[in-house]
Order: sequence, then structure tokens, then C-alpha cells
Amino acid sequence: MYDASKIILGILIFLVLATSPFWYSKATGQSDYLPDPVILTKDTPGKDVCVMPTDYMRSSHMDLLNDWRNSVVRDGERKFVSPNGHEYKKSLSNTCMDCHANKTEFCDKCHNYMAVDDQTCWSCHVEPKEEL
Amino acid sequence: MGIDRRKFLTIAGLTTLTTLGKTVLGSSPAGHDPIETGSQAVKRLAMAIDMQKCRQNEGCVECTKICHKIHNVPDIGNSKEEIKWIWKENFEAAFPNQHHDLLEDEIKNNQVVVLCNHCDDPPCVKVCPTQSTWKRESDGIVMMDMHRCIGCRYCVAGCPYGSRNFNFRDPRPFIKETNPEYPTRTKGVVEKCNFCAERLADGLLPACVDICPEKALIFGNINDPKSEIRQILKSRHSIRRKPILGTNPQIYYLV
Amino acid sequence: MLEKAITGDKRYWGWIAFVLMLIGTGAIAYLRQLDQGLTVTGLSRDVSWGFYIAQFTFLVGVAASAVMVVLPYYLHNFKAFSKLTILGEFLAVPSVIMCMLFIVVDMGQPFRVQNVMLYPSLNSPMFWDMMSLSGYLFLNVVIGYMVLSSEKKGIAPPKWIKPFIIISIPWAISIHTVTAFLYSGLAARPFWMTAVLAPRFLASAFAAGPALLILIIFLMRKLTRFDAGKEAIQKLAVIATYAMCINVFLVLMEVFTTFYSGMPEHMHHFEFLYVGLHGNNTLVPWMWLSSALAVVALVLLLTPKFRKKEVILGFACIAVFVSIWIDKGLGMIVAGFTPSQMGEVVDYWPTLNEFMVSIMVWGIGLLIMSLLYKIIFTVRGETKPALEAKEDKKELTVPSN
Repeated sequence: MYDASKIILGILIFLVLATSPFWYSKATGQSDYLPDPVILTKDTPGKDVCVMPTDYMRSSHMDLLNDWRNSVVRDGERKFVSPNGHEYKKSLSNTCMDCHANKTEFCDKCHNYMAVDDQTCWSCHVEPKEEL
Repeated sequence: MGIDRRKFLTIAGLTTLTTLGKTVLGSSPAGHDPIETGSQAVKRLAMAIDMQKCRQNEGCVECTKICHKIHNVPDIGNSKEEIKWIWKENFEAAFPNQHHDLLEDEIKNNQVVVLCNHCDDPPCVKVCPTQSTWKRESDGIVMMDMHRCIGCRYCVAGCPYGSRNFNFRDPRPFIKETNPEYPTRTKGVVEKCNFCAERLADGLLPACVDICPEKALIFGNINDPKSEIRQILKSRHSIRRKPILGTNPQIYYLV
Repeated sequence: MLEKAITGDKRYWGWIAFVLMLIGTGAIAYLRQLDQGLTVTGLSRDVSWGFYIAQFTFLVGVAASAVMVVLPYYLHNFKAFSKLTILGEFLAVPSVIMCMLFIVVDMGQPFRVQNVMLYPSLNSPMFWDMMSLSGYLFLNVVIGYMVLSSEKKGIAPPKWIKPFIIISIPWAISIHTVTAFLYSGLAARPFWMTAVLAPRFLASAFAAGPALLILIIFLMRKLTRFDAGKEAIQKLAVIATYAMCINVFLVLMEVFTTFYSGMPEHMHHFEFLYVGLHGNNTLVPWMWLSSALAVVALVLLLTPKFRKKEVILGFACIAVFVSIWIDKGLGMIVAGFTPSQMGEVVDYWPTLNEFMVSIMVWGIGLLIMSLLYKIIFTVRGETKPALEAKEDKKELTVPSN
């Protein structure tokens, strides 16, 4: 192999540079960070529980929202009955954000951490005004 | 894990079934349905505009104001990029084929309310390459899906009434007072009147019909022979915009 | 074979660098459009399609015109076109790509373009246009590549390619027909709603395309050792002549039907183009220039004495191309929207930003075409070094006929 030392050195430099973000976050302790969204609920009866159990919402809220979107927009089906029998209007702005009125602490925290692009939602759907 | 995907789908399916059952049985929990289905099976929503009553209140734009307010329609302030769901046009512009120089002054010189005609055979639906706009089977409203629209503006070219609007820029800075209950639009999609589908679902009449101080807008199920709109169309002479094109518009103008 | 595109002399790389610079400049304008929306264009709620869609329409014609060299060679065994078919096919490839890009840059939500495939709408001509254009692109890439690589090996092209070539002939007709259907099926737009639109599109395409090909042949003769031969050039000229005659004939048919019937809704659009409407004369000088060029081109092409002189033929081809570009690339689309549904005349002229975005798309087309043509001429051993070219240029300044 010609110029073996140069090639190996080059590969090494590349590996160090390519993995540097991981080393950086390890060194600064950022890798230990876990987002901790603040979950607000309402005391009003019927609104003190979510439309679905927390575990389900944590893992699959995006599926539920997609399903709501399609059924409301395409089929005009606007009512949702939760497993515990409460009836809800299928609406991000009017139902979800009515309780979870803290988009920055609730949505953004995880979405920023996971680099989820939710601008496609918020460029049209109006987020609640937050008291700062 | 409390609930898996399959269980969720079962629940979602059941919910749909129960609500469907409720709709069929007519006991909608939202209260009284403003539009009686009547004996006819298929509901077909339409509007009659009483031009006589409307022109009595010449400068009135209450319908435009309320519609644009509740639907977050921006006021771009530039006629080239204007967005309009319901507005007033000169008679000649709205009815080019009915216009002639010797027409009665009160018709010729007055403006008429125009909006999406919710055509029975809508050309915008025919040309849309993504089915972002479609005619709802349950009541004939021509709907829009802003999530799917690619902004090709083929529907704008296909609409003979100039009822479809394209968002040339982000509309948000041009909305004076945002209604948080209704979404805004984003740049690059097409929008138009939706016959207040969101209000109909709550058992309310379209906002323009509700607010009109002259009660000039009559809204109802054209397939129900007993409906108010059918009665009035039977007793008064009515015209429609560009009927020759075969779109079968569902906005009727009472002369 | 493809690697031939990245070998070349200074002149070749200089040209590629220049084209890349054009694309880069245009890309900045496109980024601005993505950021601010189509407000950076001259489009409006009344004139909602403009320069982009017009370029798309014109270029579908250029793409379809490849059939004018493919058909005589493969169906009529016209040997003089043997060296031209690949030139036609590799002109079609960048043209189709430019068509697609012009559609994308015209979209309000270009990142959702996959929705056309996700929710196929068989009732929309736009869906069919996308199908026919991508099919045509595929056919031309496969045919061009297979035929050229066989030529390189010195063998006959594989037998299985023949059906593809035969299919590509009606397919070429289909792309421009479906493009015409985009417009001619709209009851709302009387200017476009004419059965003659598709035939007119095809006629103008088969005039402008061969005219462009003749000009390309002249240019390549200076830049390379490639020579199509007198017979091929003259045959192309005859094809362009017939097509231009049919095109002008069809335009006159439109004018008669419109003005003798006297239906105002039909007349207004022509009035806007040729005499101005409601005081708006934006396109009037352009349309008369287009008509004048068409007349000049016809006189030069129809006179054998002129057509056979290559310098004059060159001028005639430029006249045909520019005349049809003005007609399709400026007038056709805007006139369909003027006057508007409300009878208004809303001014439209492409903005600088719109023009720069178009330069990006044209640049991408030029780049692809340069790479493909470079491959053809290198494979055939027809390139010539820059120095020789310079000497040739000197000779060419002396009238060569």
C-alpha cells in the first residue's frame, strides 16, 4: 500500500471529526439530559383526564392526531369517545391545547430534543397564548 | 403499557360506529340539526341570495366581515394577492352573460354577493391532482384539505367564478385578530368558502346567513321539497352564475 | 461511458463552470421564493399561472420534437438521420427534466409533490401529464443509452430496444397532447377551450424543435468534428417548414372562428394579445413580433433557394424558434387568464426573481444537455481540441458558402 501512514492518519482524523459531536455532548454532560415536559390538566370534570391513557399518548399521540386529522377533514367525523366514555371534539387547538395550554413546556421540550419538525402543525393551527 | 395499537383501533372504530349510529338515528348530541333532511335521502346544501333585500343595504359588508373574521382570512391589502371567501362584485362582473346596457339601474348599478358556488359538478374537483378538494357526499359541500394541497393552482384556473384564492405569502401577519378556534392557512395553499362546515357540525347556520341584517341569505337542503329555500325558489325568479358551463352552481340569485 | 462527461479540455470545463454559475445564481432566487412564497413572482389571483407554466408548455414541445428524427429513421429507414436520433433523444431528456422542474418551481408547496403519487387522481390531466412525462423521460434515457453504448462497442443495438423505440413515437405525441388537455378541458377558459389546441401545440413543437436541432447542428459543427450532413439538415428544414405552415394555418383557424362568430368571451383574449384590452398593451408588441417572425420564417423556408443556403436557413430557424417561443412561452398562458373571470385585465409580467428562477431551470437543462452531448461526441471520437476550434473559427468568418 502506498502512503499507508498518510491514509491511516486521514481516516483517523475523519473518525475523530465525525464522532466529535458525541464526545462533546459526553464531555459537557449534555448526553445525560432528558426532556421533562410539564403536563397541565384541568380540574373541570371530564377534562381532568386525557382522551387516551398517558402511556398511549406518550408513544402514539402522533398517530392519534393523524387519525383525528384525517377523519375530521376527509370524513367530517368530529366526535371522539374516549375509553372511559367521555366525548371530545377532535381538535388539536380546541381540545388538546385547551388543557395542555403550555406549548413551549409541553410540545416543544420533547420535539426539540428529538428534532421533530412540528412546524407543519403550527404554521396553521393556532397555539394558545401563554402567560409568561 | 396500558393500551396497544390494536386496542386503540378497536376503540376508535367503535366510537365511529356509535357516532354514525347517532347521526343515522338523528339524535346528534350537538343538539338540533338546523338543516332538516326531509323525506329525500341525500342532503344537498344550497343558498339563495335575495338580491332585492341585499341591495337595500348598499354599503353593507357584514357577511364578508364575519366570515373573514371567524375563518382567519387575511387582509393582504393588495388586490393581486387578495383572499376572499364571500364578497361583493359588480353585477356585470358576476353575471357577464345577463348584463346589457338597458338593464334596470337598480340591478345594473348595484353589487351582488358572490362566494364559492359549491357546484354540483365542480371543475375544481375534477382537475385537482391530489384530491385536496372534493365534493362531500353527505351534503354536497365542496371541501378543501389544506394538509394535502400542493399549491399547483390548477383549481384556480378551472374555477369559472374566481372563487378560489391562493396564499402567495404567509397570511398570518395580515390577520388582525386571530380566532384561535379556527386554523389559519400557510403560504402556498389554496383556500375558499367552506359553507361553514365547522359551524354546521355544531348545529349552527353559516355565519353569513346568521348575521345578514336584511335576512337576504337563505340556506337549506335543496333536496327537501318542504325546505324554505325550495319554497322561495318555487315562488320567485332566480338566476345562477354562468349556468351554461354545466357546473350546476348551488348559489341561486333571486332577482 | 458516462465517465466521458468528466473528461475534457479547458474550453469544456469553462463552459460547465459558467452553466453552474448560472444555476447557482438562480438557486439563490429560488431560495428566496421558497422563503417568501410566490409573492416574489408577478403572479396574482387573476393571472395565477405565468412564465413558469409557459416555459413548461414550450419545453414539452421541444421534448416531443425528438420524434421528428426518430420517426423518419426507424419507421422509414431514412439513413441520413442515423447520427441524429441520439441527438434528438438527448435533447428530449434535458427538456423533460426542465418541464418537471418548471412545474415544481411553480408549486406553492413543492415539498408535498409526492401527494400526486400518493393520491392518484385519474380525473386530473395533471396526473396524466406527470405519468406521460416521466414515462417519456424513462424511454429516452434507456433508448439513448443503449443505442450509444452499442455504437461505442461497434455492434448493433440489442433487439429488445426496438419495441421501446417504436413506443416512444406515439408517446412523444402523447406528452404534448396531454399537456394541451391541461388547458383545453377547462370550460372556464374560452381562450384555451378549443379542440385545435393539441394539434396546434404539436405543429408548433414540430417546427420549433427541428429548428432548434438545426441550430444545434450548426453550433456543434463549429465546436466538434460532428457533421450531420447536408441531406439531414435539409430534411429537417423541410420538416420545420411543413410544421410551421400547419401551425400558422391552425392559428388562422382560431382567428376566423373567434372573430367571425363574434363571441365576446372568445374575442377578448385575442384582443388582449394583438391590440390590447382596457388599455393594457403588455403583450401587443411581442405578439406582433412573433407574427412578423413567423411570416419572415415562412418566406425564407418556403423558397428553396433561401432554404438551401445555410446562413439564411440559420436565420429562418432562429425566426421560427423565437416566434413560437413568444407565442407559447409568453402569450398562450397569460392570455388564457386575461381578461379574468370578472372581466378585469390584471397586469402580469415576470419579475426579476421569477426570471432568475427560470434561469436556474434552463441552466440545469443546459448542464444535462452539455454532459450528454459531450458523451455522444467523445464516444464517437468527434471532439476536437480547443486550438483547432479557434483556427476553424477564423476560417468560418469568411463566408463558407
